[in-house]
Formats: sequence, C-alpha cells, structure tokens
Amino acid sequence: MGNVPTTVKHCLSHEQLARDYPWLKRWLVEEKSLGAHEYPEFVKIVEVGPRDGLQNEKEIVPTEVKVQLIDRLSDTGLSVIEATSFVSSKWVPQMADHTEVLQGIRKSPNVHYPVLTPNMHGFQNALAAGATEVAVFGSASETFSRKNINCSIDESMLRFEEVLNAAKDQQIPVRGYVSCALGCPHEGPIDPSKVTEVAKRLYEMGCYEVSLGDTVGVGTPGSMAAMLRSVTREVPCRALAVHCHDTYGQALANILTALQMGVCVVDSAVAGLGGCPYAQGSSGNVSTEDVLYMLHGMGIQTGVDLSKVITVGDFICHSLNRKTNSRVAQARGSQL
Amino acid sequence: MAALIRTINRSIFISRMGHPCLALGGSATVAKSVGGSSSKRLPDRVKIVEVGPRDGLQNEKTIVPAETKIRLIDMLSDSGLSVIESTSFVSPKWVPQMADQMEVMKGIRRKPGVSYPVLTPNLKGFQAAVEAGASEVAIFGAASELFSKKNINCSVEESLQRFEQVMVAAKAAGVPVRGYVSCVLGCPYEGKVAPAKVAQVAKRLYSMGCYEISLGDTIGVGTPGGMSEMLEAVSKVVPVGALAVHCHDTYGQALANILVALQMGVSVVDSSVGGLGGCPYAQGASGNVATEDVVYMLHGLGIQTGVDLPKLMDAGAFICHSLNRRTSSKVSQATHCKL
Repeated sequence: MGNVPTTVKHCLSHEQLARDYPWLKRWLVEEKSLGAHEYPEFVKIVEVGPRDGLQNEKEIVPTEVKVQLIDRLSDTGLSVIEATSFVSSKWVPQMADHTEVLQGIRKSPNVHYPVLTPNMHGFQNALAAGATEVAVFGSASETFSRKNINCSIDESMLRFEEVLNAAKDQQIPVRGYVSCALGCPHEGPIDPSKVTEVAKRLYEMGCYEVSLGDTVGVGTPGSMAAMLRSVTREVPCRALAVHCHDTYGQALANILTALQMGVCVVDSAVAGLGGCPYAQGSSGNVSTEDVLYMLHGMGIQTGVDLSKVITVGDFICHSLNRKTNSRVAQARGSQL
Repeated sequence: MAALIRTINRSIFISRMGHPCLALGGSATVAKSVGGSSSKRLPDRVKIVEVGPRDGLQNEKTIVPAETKIRLIDMLSDSGLSVIESTSFVSPKWVPQMADQMEVMKGIRRKPGVSYPVLTPNLKGFQAAVEAGASEVAIFGAASELFSKKNINCSVEESLQRFEQVMVAAKAAGVPVRGYVSCVLGCPYEGKVAPAKVAQVAKRLYSMGCYEISLGDTIGVGTPGGMSEMLEAVSKVVPVGALAVHCHDTYGQALANILVALQMGVSVVDSSVGGLGGCPYAQGASGNVATEDVVYMLHGLGIQTGVDLPKLMDAGAFICHSLNRRTSSKVSQATHCKL
C-alpha cells in the first residue's frame, strides 16, 4: 500500500469530492435521503379541524367548545389553525357562530387563524370580526362547483377576484383551495390539466398558497403524482399544499408522494374530525396525529407536539361523544 | 401533445426500479435524487399474500367455527388471490382460534393455481400439517430477543435451530417454506430494533432454504424512514425479489410504508381481508392492514394484482358479519356507505 502523501489523500477525500461536486454531497448524505428520495426538512401543518372538521360533523358544537378547541390547538405548536367560515348559516349551520368564535379565541402571537370567505359579503364580515387571513375555495370540477356553491368555476373565480382585490387593499393574505383535485363525486376522475388551470388562476390572482384537495379521498399515489406533475409546471412547489381525505385509507400514502415531489405544506384535522358528506359513515379528513407520527418518524420537523395534539383530540372527541379517527390516538390511548 | 406527455410520465412512474444497492452506482438514479425528480419505479405486478384466515382470525377475540373459516377461505379463493394463509399448526393451548386446523385444512376447496400455506412452529406442527394435506408451510422468526423469549419461549438462535429441523423435513418432502421475521421496525419490549439484526435473521432464514422472507412490522410503529433503512440493510443480504412486507396499521402508517417498500423493489405484500386482527399489544387498536385498501392503492397505481376488489369486499363483508364487527377497511366502509 505504501504511504500516500497527505495532499493526495486530501484530493481523494470525501470532503474534497463533496466540495468539488456539491450534487455529490447531497447524494452521499444518508440520513435525510431515504432510499433514493429526498424529503423536505420541515413541513408546515395547516390544522383544519375547527373548520373543515367540525363543518362535517353532524352534532352542532357549542361556541365555547369551538373556542376551547382552537385555544388548546394554539398551544400545541401548530402555526396555522383554520378557525371558522364566514358562509351563510343557512348553508352551514355549524359555522353560524363564526363571529363569536373568531372574537372569542385567544390569538397566539405565532399562530395564524385563517377563515373561509366565499364572497365579498363573507370577507367584509370576517374583516369586521377581526380576521387577519382568509381563504377562498375553488373547484376543479364544474358539476361540483355548481352543486356545492351554485355557480360555475368561472363565476366563482370572479367572486374570488373581488375578495382578492379587497384583501390586497387591506393587506390580508389569502389562501386558495382547489377541491376535487383527484376526483369528483359527480364527475368521477378529474383531468390534472383542469386542476392546474384553477390552481394557476388562484395563484395568479394573488393567493399566497394553493391547497389541492382530494375532496372524496379517491386519489392514490399514482393520481397524486400525475396531478402534481401537471400543477407544478404552473405553480411553484413552495406555494402548494395537499389536503388529503382518508375516505379510502390512501391519505398518508398520497401525502408521502406529495412530499417526495417537493410539497411541504399538509392540511389535516385533529382526531380526523369530519366525515365524508359523500359517503355517510366514512372517514373524511386525515388525522393530524397520524400525519405528525409519520413526519416525525421520518425525521421531518413540524414544530408540533404530537402528545399535545392527541390530548386535544381526546378533548374534542369527548365533547362530540365520538371515537377518534386517528390510529395513533387509538393505539396510544390503548397502551397495555 | 398533452396525452403523449402524460403517457411518458406514467411509464416513467411505473417502470422497473433498480435495486437500492445498484442505485448507488447508477448514474440514472443519481440524476433522479439530485434533480428531486418524482420518477419512482414501481413493480408492474404485486403478489398479495392474504393472511386474514390465519394472522387475522388469530388476533380476533371471537372464536370462529370451522365452517365459517372454510367459507371465508373459499370466498377468498374466488377473488383472484394466489396465496391464502389458511391456518396454523400450533398447540390449541396457545392459540385456541387455530384448534380446528385439521378440519379447516381438509375442508377448504383447493383452487388450482392458489397456494394455501400454514404456519408450523416446529417439527411436530410440520408433520401434522403434512398429514392434513398442507403443500406449503411458514416459519416465524423474530428480530428481537425479548420478543422471541416472550412469544415462543426461546431465544432467536434456539428458534432458528428448531426451524432447521422443519427445513430439513420440508426439503425431503418437497414442501416450500416461507420465512417471517417479526418486529422488523420495532418491538413492544425492546423498542428500536437494529436493521442489522433484521438482516441477520432474514439472511439465516433465506440461507436455510426459505423461498421468501416476509418482514413484519409487528406493532405497526414503523414509518417510511425506518422501512427504507431496514430494507436497505436486508436487501444487501437477501435478494429483493425474495422479500415481502407485512405491515400493521396500528399507527395508520401501513400504506405509506408499503409504498416505500414498492419503491425499493419489493413486490410481495401481506395483508388481511377487512383488516382482520387487532393488535395484541394495544387493545382496541387496529392490526393488519386491510387487503381492500392495499389493492385499491395498487390498482390506482396501475399495478396488477389479479384480485377482483368487489369479490374481495364480499369476503370481507361475510367475515365481519360472522364476527359481528365493523370492517377495518376504509375502502369497504366508503363503498358500502355510498349515498
């Protein structure tokens, strides 16, 4: 073997190679790159339990309970908690107490509390109630749009433009949602190009983030990947989020796929609140606890304390007199 | 043009993946991870090993009569599954649910092209299995010493020696043997389990003559990171074509873990119809991943399984009705709840 001069050793050293070829350094880092995949180091969780979750629960929840739920969630490390929806109480009775809820919650300094605002009327009410962030809901399916909000996609976009313009004036950030991104209860499979078209419109109108929702949970990693490949051609990955429903048990696999493709914002609901309105008795939102378990297990940071979320989940399920949909909560709660 | 692009993307997505070890030298894979490319290669076909009648029922409290077990297996045979783990030749003192092992084995209709493996923890069990007409058996090792001691009352090494006896007899009788390794991603007693230990046990079983090694996340604690790390270690000593994953859904991680395993070249997945079988280490929690949910994912990915999902759901509905319990399969729940 003989003596190898230090300079030569240095030339051949791992460090030198890594310095000369930065791409090689990334490739050689074993910890973060699991198998042949790269994952984000940090994922932002957008907690939709108090709004999307409760909206799809049969029992009308008293205002104090909603306020308590949000306050408890504020202490778990979550940075975004969707608090309520300024829609007509005629359509969504669960959200009739939107003003009281928004005014009743303790607003934690590092937490955002977006609220849904389907139109100008809702936006103005939200503003009056103290909202500092809002969200608008588009759809990739014409039929779903008509049945859900009684207008075409184009008409809904015009409404949202009004909201966006008003929001810009008030410097209120707006998040956009695209529902039926992986399938529609009425139309069936949805073409990824349609999702892209709607996502692009929302992004270009000024939404800082667009959440792509698998509204009926029919998506699988294949359709998720195909849809994201299409959308990421027009909307930057960093501005995308996935909102997966677990109706067919596919949510975590779909979320994993999204992470592999560079998405780093995930919507979820504590305790998996909210069934599926299109399949009575089925589950809806993926549970925050199960998402956190997966992310933390993979070494991905979220800033959220899983045990605290489990405790909040226990609280809301007890109040709703229902069992949690979270497998992690079921397992932890049942430890022998 | 859009359609063409879609086709190309789809084929990239599902074309064959290289072995993780080869990937280190393969420039194509380097380019994949550097570019953050989304192209992951998946198998074209996945074999489902249905463990409901054995692993599933074994972990159900209600004792199910032999005729019900036989009917379940027969219905599963008609759903397109090619491997159905039928029963276990263990002492009924330990596993009362499997006391009717002879009756079940002799009572089922054997569909041509379908395999009906049975568990045989030792030579005595093997002999009884062969007498009952078994033409394939399975043996169960553990990657955790404590689990081995508590579960089968001997060390991992001692259990492997027992299995050697079974292997010798099986070879003589021309009976293929499948090996299981439990606690591959965590142990209820030891906590973390080293991937090297899993690889060691898997290698032993494979060298002994097991044609396939099923790696079991016995308490469902694994996540995609751990699954990936474990498979990297094991696939260095056992060809990935001889590996299967047996994921439990106790923490809801099963499908994500299975997806990662597929991305690493594994093409055999164990699952249980209706998600039968709770977790004996977390009362009330779920156990096996539901076959319906796995098949739904695989078919959605364009991967063939040979399984007819509606027929499979019928079998699931039948056994859940017999057990007077709700299915653990989300696909079944959603399908039966359609407005």
